[in-house]
Amino acid sequence: MSDLFDGYPLQRAFDEMIDREGSLRPRYEQVHATLAGLTAEEVAARADALAKSYLAQGVTFDFAGEERPFPLDCVPRVIELDEWDGIAVGVSQRVRALEAFLADVYGKQEVVKDGVVPLRLILSSSEFQRAAHGIEPPNGVRCHVSGVDLVRDEEGEYRVLEDNVRVPSGVSYVVSNRRAMVRTFPELFGRLRVEPVVDYPQRLLAALAAAAPDGVPDPTVVVLTPGVFNSAYYEHTLLARLMGVELVEGRDLFCSAGRVYMRTTEGSRRVDVIYRRVDDEFLDPVEFRADSVLGVPGLVNAARRGTVTLANAIGNGVADDKLVYTYVPDLIRYYLGEEPALKNVDTWRLEEPAARAEVLDRLDELVVKPVDGSGGKGIVVGPSATRAEIDAVRTRILEDPRGWIAQPVVQLSTGPTFVDGTFRPRHLDLRPFAVNDGDEVWVLPGGLTRVALPEGQLVVNSSQGGGSKDTWVTSPVLAADAGGTPAQRGPRPTSGARGGAAARAGVPRATNPHDAQAGQQQQQQQQATDDTGGAPC
Amino acid sequence: MLSRIAESLFWIGRYVERADDTARILDVHVQLLSEDPWADEATACRSLLAIMDHPAPADASDVDRAMVVRLLAHDVTNPSSIAGSLVAARENARRAREIVSTDLWECLNTTRNQVRVMGALGTHEFFAWVRERAAVVAGLMESATPRDSTWHFMVLGQALERADMTARLVTTQARLGASGPGWTTLLRSCGAYEAYLRTYRGRASDEDAAGFLILDRLFPRSIVYALHAAERALRALEPVEGRHFVSDEARRELGLVRSELEFARLGDLLTDLPDTMERVQVACARASNAIKDRYFPAPATTAWVEEAL
Repeated sequence: MSDLFDGYPLQRAFDEMIDREGSLRPRYEQVHATLAGLTAEEVAARADALAKSYLAQGVTFDFAGEERPFPLDCVPRVIELDEWDGIAVGVSQRVRALEAFLADVYGKQEVVKDGVVPLRLILSSSEFQRAAHGIEPPNGVRCHVSGVDLVRDEEGEYRVLEDNVRVPSGVSYVVSNRRAMVRTFPELFGRLRVEPVVDYPQRLLAALAAAAPDGVPDPTVVVLTPGVFNSAYYEHTLLARLMGVELVEGRDLFCSAGRVYMRTTEGSRRVDVIYRRVDDEFLDPVEFRADSVLGVPGLVNAARRGTVTLANAIGNGVADDKLVYTYVPDLIRYYLGEEPALKNVDTWRLEEPAARAEVLDRLDELVVKPVDGSGGKGIVVGPSATRAEIDAVRTRILEDPRGWIAQPVVQLSTGPTFVDGTFRPRHLDLRPFAVNDGDEVWVLPGGLTRVALPEGQLVVNSSQGGGSKDTWVTSPVLAADAGGTPAQRGPRPTSGARGGAAARAGVPRATNPHDAQAGQQQQQQQQATDDTGGAPC
Repeated sequence: MLSRIAESLFWIGRYVERADDTARILDVHVQLLSEDPWADEATACRSLLAIMDHPAPADASDVDRAMVVRLLAHDVTNPSSIAGSLVAARENARRAREIVSTDLWECLNTTRNQVRVMGALGTHEFFAWVRERAAVVAGLMESATPRDSTWHFMVLGQALERADMTARLVTTQARLGASGPGWTTLLRSCGAYEAYLRTYRGRASDEDAAGFLILDRLFPRSIVYALHAAERALRALEPVEGRHFVSDEARRELGLVRSELEFARLGDLLTDLPDTMERVQVACARASNAIKDRYFPAPATTAWVEEAL
């Protein structure tokens, strides 16, 4: 039997659906069976429905001045619960280590005194904010939300590509991808038990409320956005809506006597926690860029006085620094006394002369990245770069070796993706999101899977032609076994009790008596057509 | 105004609201059943059919999603199904054609003409379309109806139906309990979820969610709000108030059940939810009868109506 998976090629990269022998991995059985039963037209119709629902919701990004729906691929990425637990442990371990590192860096700097990282590393980071020194977050949390980018190497092992503890974005796509997929593929959700992602806004709100300054029993939480022209504005509105809090811009807030207020029609109202989606340097014109119109003058001062909590904290970027990234396994051992559960990708520090010499020698086979970049900016992928690009990056590395790192080209894992009317492997990454409420680091079961839609492309950012997939964390329980084991899904009333409830008659509904007569007439006509073999309505 | 016309207006309000609310209830339940492999489909469907006053015969074996959708969404011969109510709303508008604005009439007429075509779409798309058409009707009513008794009768029908149907929606969840769609989903189906989150500043609980759908004074789909709206319309229709008692039976029924809700402790209300919701539905039915007796006495509308067609 031919289907849309025919000729699905096996490549060097680890494939999420097919193993090295070319047989189906068990976790993809349901998805494969359902999709293989559809024709190209049917899949295209569902893909079209997904795109339409994104246009209607306004989940779009600007492409050459035109609003395009953010591409959501109709094949989900499936991860089994056991495997996910391993990821979650690794992510939360990393977040705990980075929290400890940040507290230390902006405090006593024991990590430097103990010789784990050089002082130069911290002071030379462009994201190290001196203004953050001495700001003590009320419950000790600096990374309320983190996104840890993972990739799978050729052996299928998850490795950390980078940490995002500044303002990680993309979680709105996790929530809206799921909603769209539930509507488009209800039958798949009927057969698999997919961990829900809808709790995220409530978890985030609880973590933000827990971070409120001491002595505020019912804190006012707001989301601070740069404004409607920001590319992540959709995400800001979605989070504010689903948390039931105000979405504010810088101009809606003001500081007075060391406190932060928002202007409302009922006068000014005190703000206790700001989930800010504005970068550090735009946050407060008094401390950072004086020309920023997105920020609130006096905000950092209020944070330092402890009258307002900023989430995430100022100066977190130092933990995002890609050179600091190379030290994270050491930081995990140093602060937590644990072995890292997730490995880094091998990385050369270009400040070390030997490493630099090797890398400069092999620029055409390595990936080099600027240490403070995000969103795929400035990355040079050796094998696909032109001579001129490689020469340019060589000059820049020699000018500023602190500013760059180099990594081998990782063949990101591939997953089936609907392209040009058939399913083809495309490279994927994964960004799980972690929320820290001070007691526990909770990892949202799912996360954002980004997919590079052009063939062979290894950069998955949406600005580079990337799309996304819904990420399903599934339990191995299949519908067939479910009948015998309903207990696995939490308490359920016995069918006896519900049978009783169903037996109860409802309250009659009235209709206009005149319509009842008309209805009868129609009913008779209806029966007449039925008798003659007409189509039932 | 002619009683016959008034009755038609009253029923336009009710039928359109009925289609809207039925679409909301079904959307939630059909989606729940397709997503949840653990759902006991037959029991849930029987319960839903019973609540919607369309009990499945005890010996029927094929009580499933498809049957529910067929009976409650597409059956044009049943004026309580979505398609049936839309057809009935249009028939009522035809009887009151000279009073109903042209815009509203054309809207109801096109809706009826499209109902079969749209019914062939996926269920979710069909339900979304029904909600959209109901919103168009509401908008046309709102913007092009003089606030005389035309308006009051339509609003009365709409508010009464809304109170009744929200009570039924709440009953579905109250009866199914843990295997029901959950209060969050119900709020979402009423477009109430975000309003609710803002009201409680994101701190959601089941009690608050149920309370919001039943009691919220400001949200237009809550039962109490709808009962207030119905009472306001009745008072506008008969502004003369007695000195020490309510002379209008319909207002009495609605007022009694509304004050029961308003003054009850939330905890007591929730322990006894299915019965309380049943009392709301009974009160709405009695009020509807009282309105009929008071404003549309039967002898005034005999077979002449059929002749007029």
